[in-house]
Amino acid sequence: MIATRARALALLEQMFLIRRLEEKCAEVYSAGKIRGFLHLYIGEEAVAVGAMAALDAADNVVATYREHGHALARGLTPTAVMAEMYGKATGCSRGRGGSMHLFSTPHRFFGGHAIVGGGLPVAVGLALADSMLGREGVTACFFGDGAVDEGEFHESLNLAALWRLPVLFVCENNLYAMGTALERHESVTDLCVKPRAYGIPAENVDGMDLFAVEAATAHAVSEVRRHRSPFFLEAKTYRFRAHSMYDAEAYRSREEVAEWAQKHDPIDLAVAELTRRGLIDGAEPAAIDLRVRAAVERACEEADAAPLEPVGDLLRDVLAPEVG
Amino acid sequence: MTQMNMVQAINDALRIAMRKDERVVVMGEDVGKVGGVFRVTSGLYDEFGDARVVDTPLSEGGIIGAAVGMALYGMIPVPEIQFSDFIWPAYDQIVSEVAKYRYRSGGEYTSKMVIRTPVGGGIRGGHYHSQHPEAQFIHVAGLKVVCPSNPYDAKGMLLASIADPDPVLFFEPKRVYRAAKGDVPEGEYTVPLESAAVVREGRHVTVIAYGAMLYEALDAAQKAAEQGIEAEVVDLRTLWPVDIETIIASVKRTGRLIIVHEAPKTCGFGSELVSLVCEKAFYHLEAPPVRVTGYDTPFPYTLEMEYLPLSHRILPAILDTARAV
Ligand SMILES: Cc1ncc(C[n+]2csc(CCOP(=O)(O)OP(=O)(O)O)c2C)c(N)n1
Ligand SMILES: [Mg+2]
Repeated sequence: MIATRARALALLEQMFLIRRLEEKCAEVYSAGKIRGFLHLYIGEEAVAVGAMAALDAADNVVATYREHGHALARGLTPTAVMAEMYGKATGCSRGRGGSMHLFSTPHRFFGGHAIVGGGLPVAVGLALADSMLGREGVTACFFGDGAVDEGEFHESLNLAALWRLPVLFVCENNLYAMGTALERHESVTDLCVKPRAYGIPAENVDGMDLFAVEAATAHAVSEVRRHRSPFFLEAKTYRFRAHSMYDAEAYRSREEVAEWAQKHDPIDLAVAELTRRGLIDGAEPAAIDLRVRAAVERACEEADAAPLEPVGDLLRDVLAPEVG
Repeated sequence: MTQMNMVQAINDALRIAMRKDERVVVMGEDVGKVGGVFRVTSGLYDEFGDARVVDTPLSEGGIIGAAVGMALYGMIPVPEIQFSDFIWPAYDQIVSEVAKYRYRSGGEYTSKMVIRTPVGGGIRGGHYHSQHPEAQFIHVAGLKVVCPSNPYDAKGMLLASIADPDPVLFFEPKRVYRAAKGDVPEGEYTVPLESAAVVREGRHVTVIAYGAMLYEALDAAQKAAEQGIEAEVVDLRTLWPVDIETIIASVKRTGRLIIVHEAPKTCGFGSELVSLVCEKAFYHLEAPPVRVTGYDTPFPYTLEMEYLPLSHRILPAILDTARAV
């Protein structure tokens, strides 16, 4: 349980930050400042924020291409994230990667993965190394419902279970893999059945409820730590925006999206819950919002002012630099 | 004749093939209801239904593997891999199964299919939506590899690929999906595979290109002409088996060779083309062959226009090669 008022407000602020930063991303994308494919996390903020809240600094995080929220919740600064998306040399991956390739060693943030399913075996490897080196850490691996279709998902679950590795698999089930609804891409839509078949305990949680996600993750992580073996958490969530910046969204109705946005907005729900518990007063959300908007503006200004990756760096980091 | 872009021309070819032969089945991620990320399969689901336009899970290995089984049964699968950057989970199936069925069954079975996939950069796609991996497939014996540059060829070559007895990798240059427009005949026609096209004649230097880079080569050739250098531009169209006769005939005329491709230089398709020309026309060469290609790096994010072998990099290569003594 999120114990203190200060902590609850900090998590709420993270959700606001992700929301506002991504809204800004959409704006500057249209202005041509961000390249590539931009996958917004709007609607799913409670998952990353709630889950990261239950992890320690010594734990590892592996994410997907829809990972701005995870990076911010893990503590990367808005400036480092924004500059990366702008392709600026001050970005967290030196402008090398862009939106889908956020990395940060100090945060043990092992990157976005643009290949669906690509992060799962990597997470298994991090956990294997941890266990071989006698380290305490847990590796949290985020992925979508679509990744469950891939062979790498099954290989990873089997390896993690067989070798009893401390991996927390966090499936962000937003009901769609791009334009394909869950029941059209998975034979069994109760995703928890799959890990259980590999002997991995699994639970699901309302991914729109920050406090539920935090509690479920705290429990899952404590299980992983206690048994040094994997756990699977399915967060049921929903993305409010298109799959990437442009998509006609012919695969779902406007009404469906509107209903989720009106009734299940994770920020609204968190504010309501904090209000109900008497942890927040009426003016605070607006104050938080103002603060994060200012931070986002600052991040954009700094990203704008920063230099692009220099052309001379095109050949850099293909292989290790020569020593000597 | 109708004006079409490449997306429309490929769509038209699929529709014609599916109407003509009910063994033709389109399958892939979001090819059905959504009509494909680039709308290439748009409308097919409505016309042919979900049994012949199959929305698949995110399972590239499974998609190609299932297509192999269908092909063994005499069906004609036309699987789509959404971006060629996502083809690697299926590489095992393509290399180990698709390419080798005919050979290892002594000709008893073939896994004839047409794997369609968009390729190439210049759309601000970043690392994983931009690559041009033809060499990794040309190197695998048992596959045909094609890459049309315009709507007429795209339609005619797709119909030829569907009629071909062997598996074909059909690379679609997405940078010119909509930008390349042209007259396309109605109804069925084919453009034979293994036939390169001389799209601009010239006597000083031969420039070989394909896909989206063809337009860069043509632009550079135009600018070279303004400086008195006549470049002959060859659109390879089919990369493998390559139409070596057309290349050799051109090189014998010009004595000079430039190859342009987006993929990295080392072990790129250009390496093979240079070798072939050296083997078959060495004594006709008057200058060292030159490759203008992507760099030996992963496909970059912000520096894509520096990475790509655009006209401004091809032009000096043309001028230098033509003037080399
Ligand atoms: C191997 C591979 N195949 C296809 C794609 C294209 N693609 C990117 S995201 C995506 C849908 C993924 O859905 P899901 O895993 O549910 O994650 P979500 O986007 O819903 O967060 C697809 C098909 C890819 N990136 N990698
Ligand atoms: Mg999903």
